[in-house]
Amino acid sequence: MDPGTLALVLATLRLATPLALAAMGELVAERAGILNIGIEGMMLGGAFVAFAVGVSTGSVVLATGAGVLAGAALAALFAAFVLVRRADPIVCGAALNLLALGATGTLYRLLFPPELGQAGAPQAGGWLLGLNPFVLLALALMLGVGFVLARTQVGLAVRAVGERAEAAHAQGVRVLRVRWASTLFGGACAGLAGATLVLWISDTFVEGMTSGRGFIALALVLFGGYRPLRIAGGALLFGLASAVQFRLQARGLQIPYNLLLMTPYLLTLIVLALFASRVRVPADLARPFSARD
Amino acid sequence: MSRWRDGLEPLAAIAIALAVVSLLLLALGADPLRALGALASGAFGDRLAWTTTVLRMCPLALVGLGVAVAFRCGVWNIGGEGQLYLGALAATAVATRLAADAPAILLLPLLVIGGATAGALWAGIAAVLRVRRGVSEVLSTILLNFVALLLVAYAVHGPLQEVTHAYPQSGAFPDAARLGFLPGAGRVHTGLVLALLLPAAVWFGLFRTAAGLRLRAVGLAPEAARYAGIRPEREVVVALLLSGGLAGLAGALEVSGVTGRLFENLSSGYGFTAIAVALLARLHPLGVLPAALFFAALSTGSGAMQRVAHVPSVTVQVIEALVIFLSASFALPRRGD
Repeated sequence: MDPGTLALVLATLRLATPLALAAMGELVAERAGILNIGIEGMMLGGAFVAFAVGVSTGSVVLATGAGVLAGAALAALFAAFVLVRRADPIVCGAALNLLALGATGTLYRLLFPPELGQAGAPQAGGWLLGLNPFVLLALALMLGVGFVLARTQVGLAVRAVGERAEAAHAQGVRVLRVRWASTLFGGACAGLAGATLVLWISDTFVEGMTSGRGFIALALVLFGGYRPLRIAGGALLFGLASAVQFRLQARGLQIPYNLLLMTPYLLTLIVLALFASRVRVPADLARPFSARD
Repeated sequence: MSRWRDGLEPLAAIAIALAVVSLLLLALGADPLRALGALASGAFGDRLAWTTTVLRMCPLALVGLGVAVAFRCGVWNIGGEGQLYLGALAATAVATRLAADAPAILLLPLLVIGGATAGALWAGIAAVLRVRRGVSEVLSTILLNFVALLLVAYAVHGPLQEVTHAYPQSGAFPDAARLGFLPGAGRVHTGLVLALLLPAAVWFGLFRTAAGLRLRAVGLAPEAARYAGIRPEREVVVALLLSGGLAGLAGALEVSGVTGRLFENLSSGYGFTAIAVALLARLHPLGVLPAALFFAALSTGSGAMQRVAHVPSVTVQVIEALVIFLSASFALPRRGD
C-alpha cells in the first residue's frame, strides 16, 4: 500500500472507532427498548473524566476505565428518570446532554485553569499488529454484542424486552432489570468512545469536543438496521467520509472549510432519508413499562 | 390537576435544581451563596442588568413557545437553535444584501417575515423527512442544528461578510433595518411586544380553536385522532412549521433589534435553553413568559457569577438540565399513565 492510501486507511479507522464504540452500546440499549439520545453527553462525560484521570495518573488504562465508569454513571442518572420516574426518554436525553455540557465545562474550567498551562493526556499506542487498542476493543465489542444478542439467553431477554415488554414480563423476564443493564452498558460504551477521543484522537479535552458524534452513532444504529456488522460498516463509511474531508481541507481545495465540515451531518441526513423507513425498529422502543400494569 | 399545583411545581423544580447545584459548588470549594447572590444582582441589580435580562427573555420566550407547540403535538423539535440561526441568516441577507436600500416601513416587515419563513422552512425539512421518509424528527432536527451553524459560519466568512473582509461577521444593518427601542426601557427593542403578544395568540389558537384541538389531539393520542378524522401527518407538519417559524422570528429580532449584524455564536444556546423554558412552563403558552424570564436571568447573571464568585458561567447549563429532568419526571403527564 502506498503511504497516502495507508494514511487514509488509518485516518478512517481513527475516526470510525469512537462512532462504532458508541453505536454498539446504543444498539444494545435500543434492542432493550431504550432510546437514549443522551449518549452524546455520556460520551462527553467519558472524554472529560478520561482526560482528568489520564493527566493526573498518566495511565491510559486507568483513564479508559474512568471514562467508561463516567459514561455508565450518567446512564444511571438517565435510567433513574426514565425507568423509575417513567419520564420521557427524549426530553431526558436532551437534558442529559445539557447536563454533561455544563458539568464538564464547569469542572474543566475550575480544575484546569489556563494559567496552569495545558498538560496532555497520555496516548494509547499501537498494539497487536500495530493496531490501536481502541480499534481492537471496537472489533471485540462488535463481535461480542452480535454473538450475545443473537445466540444467548441474555440476548434473547434483551430482544424480548425491546419487542414485547409485557410478554417478556409474563415469561418471567425481569423487564426493568434488563433495561437498567442495557442502559448502563450503552452509557459505558459511550464513555469508552469519549475516552477514545481523548486518549487517541486528540490528547486534550475541549468543551463540547464530541461535536455531534453521539448523534451520528444514534443514526448509525438505524443505518445498520440494528445489525452489528452493518453498523460497524456504516461507522467505517463515515470515518472514510470525514478522512477524505480532512484531506481535501489539507490540500487547500477551493471548497469553503465550513461547507466541508457539514459532510458528516448531511451524509447522516441523506442516509436516514434513504433507509430509515426500511428499518424495522424494536416494537417497544421508547415505551415505558411498569410491572404494576 | 389543580391550578395552584401548576404554579407550585415549577417553583419547586427551580428550588431543588438551585439546591443541588449549590451543594455541588460547595463540594468543589466554591461559595454557592456568593455565586447565587452575584447571579441575582447580575440579572436584576441595575438598569443595564435588567434590560439585558428582558432582551434575552425575548428569544427564549419565542423559541420556547415554538418548542411547547411542537411538544403539544407530540413532535420533538430539538432544532430550535438551528431554526433561530436560519431566521437570523435570512434576516441578514434581506437587510444587508437583498433589500438594503429599502425604507424601514418595507424593510422591517420583510426581514421579520423572511426570518420567520426561513426558520419554518428549516423545520420543514425535518417535517418532510418525518412524514415522507419516516425519519424521526429528533435526529433530523439535531443534525440540522449542526448544518445551520456551519451555514452561518460559511455566510459570515463568505457571501454575507462585511466589505473589508477583516472580521467573520456580516456588514452592519442599515438604520432602516434596525428595530426601534421601547421608550423608557434602555436597549429593549420593540420586538418585545411580539414576544409578549404571541404567547397569548398561541394560547388562543391552541385552546380555543378547532385547529388547536386537532394539533393537541395528535399529541395526546395519534391513533385516536386518526379515527376522529384528523390526519396526524398534517398536524405534525403544521406544528413543526409553526415551531420553526417562531424560532426563525426570534433569530430575525435578535439581529435586527440587538446585535445589528450576523456572526457565529450569536445565540448562546437559546435553542437548547428553550426546551427547559417549554418544560418549566409545563408546555403552557402563557407559562412560557415567566419561564423565559427565569432562564434569561440565569443567562444574564452567569457573567457576573463568573466575575465575582469565580464560578464558570456554563454552570447555569447544569441548572437548566436539572430543571428539565425534574419537570419531565414530576410535573408533566407521563406516557403510559
